[in-house]
Amino acid sequence: MTDPLVTLDNLTVRFDDRPAVDRVNLSVHRGDIITIIGPNGAGKTTLIKALLGLQPVTSGKVQRATGLVIGYVPQNLQMEATLPLSVKRFMALSGRRRSECLKALARTGIEHLANASVHHLSGGEKQRLLLARALARKPDLLVLDEPAQGVDINGQAALYDLIRELRDELRCGVLMISHDLHLVMAATDKVICLNQHVCCSGFPADISHDPAFIDTFGRSVAESVAVYHHHHNHRHNLHGDVVPGQSSSADTHGDSCDHVHH
Amino acid sequence: MSIIDTLLNDFFWRALIGGLGVALIAGPLGCFVVWRRMAYFGDTLAHSALLGIALSFLISVPLNVGVIITCVVIALVLVAFSRTRALATDTLLGILAHSALAIGLVTLSFMPDVRVDLTGLLFGDLLAMSRDDLLWIYGGAVVILALLVTLWQGLLMSTIHEELARVEGFPVERLRLVLMLMFSLVIAVAMKIVGVLLITALLIIPAASARRLARTPEHMVGLAMVFGFVAVSGGLALSWHLDTPAGPSVVVTAFLAFLVTYSTTARTAA
Repeated sequence: MTDPLVTLDNLTVRFDDRPAVDRVNLSVHRGDIITIIGPNGAGKTTLIKALLGLQPVTSGKVQRATGLVIGYVPQNLQMEATLPLSVKRFMALSGRRRSECLKALARTGIEHLANASVHHLSGGEKQRLLLARALARKPDLLVLDEPAQGVDINGQAALYDLIRELRDELRCGVLMISHDLHLVMAATDKVICLNQHVCCSGFPADISHDPAFIDTFGRSVAESVAVYHHHHNHRHNLHGDVVPGQSSSADTHGDSCDHVHH
Repeated sequence: MSIIDTLLNDFFWRALIGGLGVALIAGPLGCFVVWRRMAYFGDTLAHSALLGIALSFLISVPLNVGVIITCVVIALVLVAFSRTRALATDTLLGILAHSALAIGLVTLSFMPDVRVDLTGLLFGDLLAMSRDDLLWIYGGAVVILALLVTLWQGLLMSTIHEELARVEGFPVERLRLVLMLMFSLVIAVAMKIVGVLLITALLIIPAASARRLARTPEHMVGLAMVFGFVAVSGGLALSWHLDTPAGPSVVVTAFLAFLVTYSTTARTAA
């Protein structure tokens, strides 16, 4: 196995003595798609902000591979309407060549919007623009904070498919946050369930049976996800053919999962 | 050479040349004030300029230097305090803006020997523009424009999306400091023309008028400069012919240009 792109070593972030992220260990390799799920306030965004260097760390370490290029897709692109900005210009600000920018726009399916104003894009188009911008940087690691926010159901599935394809094309690692449990379970390699600490982690098919997962999300959610997987215990490849599903038990279980409540 | 000399000997032309220099830098910086929603922040720095003037008299340094230093210090205090989040930013700005203005006025009143034209400082004075002031304005303009051109990509990116800019390796914090420094400089040199109470208007109104017509950020900066030129020349002409105070005349002209722009153009697509 190659060296990890990024490693979190006992990472802790505290806000006023309240841990937002508590002793998290995690590493992302090339080719990984890792999805972080968890209830509101679980510290998901704080975790990736610490990983990106946007959030000071209280203790523990973030180790990035040297020369690592990160493509970041923030939660939402709220831009000041007083700043006139076209899609093309926003892409050019990545510092990449024009041809590469246009290629990235084409790859995410919004090349027809190159001359449009960024202020007139729909939620889904904005997400694709942000993804294109991350893509133009040819990232080793793609970090996405709720990429499917504001995207309709059909668009969500397409977006997650696109992320998988990009992973294959760029041979990059992908770390994302998501709320769409059903889609996550179908589209990801490894799920990490975060509730300040890592509750449980593993392959999507198995994690829904994990007691810690059921504790965190409640039995009804866990069962609905499990049922979903009962009916979809196979995967489609990019051409739509059925490929055999992965079967393996959840590979790790957070050992600090005693859920002591203060 | 003799034509330039004649021009510079005439106080009206000195004021006009100075005003155009101020519009040249108020254009781009005004765009940043609008884009980054820093209007109240600019106002606070401008108000603290009066404190700077009082302090310059107290420790006898040139006015411009005292104003720049005071503005920079206030800007740093603002940044440091807003990080602690003890108070909402607008509350903090309100406290600092008016306290700085009040302390400045009180300090000046303790110095009866110092003859200052308070109205001139607050609202600008057409007659006050000296050759030294012109040097300050154009010196400042060269520094600010050079900084803007060099740092443009980073300044723009950190304005559009600060976190994205940071992940992409732009020194966001340092850029913010440079921007504060430029604001302090523009306030120090624009003070003579429009006065401390109206500087923010000269920053915001031309930029807001330009927004209506602009399709790119650079386009907006260029147009803001043009609107600034219009405001300064129109305002000084008004002041000259009708003997109105310089600063308010400039702002009134800027406002009229803004009204005309907004009533005659549809919203642009950009």
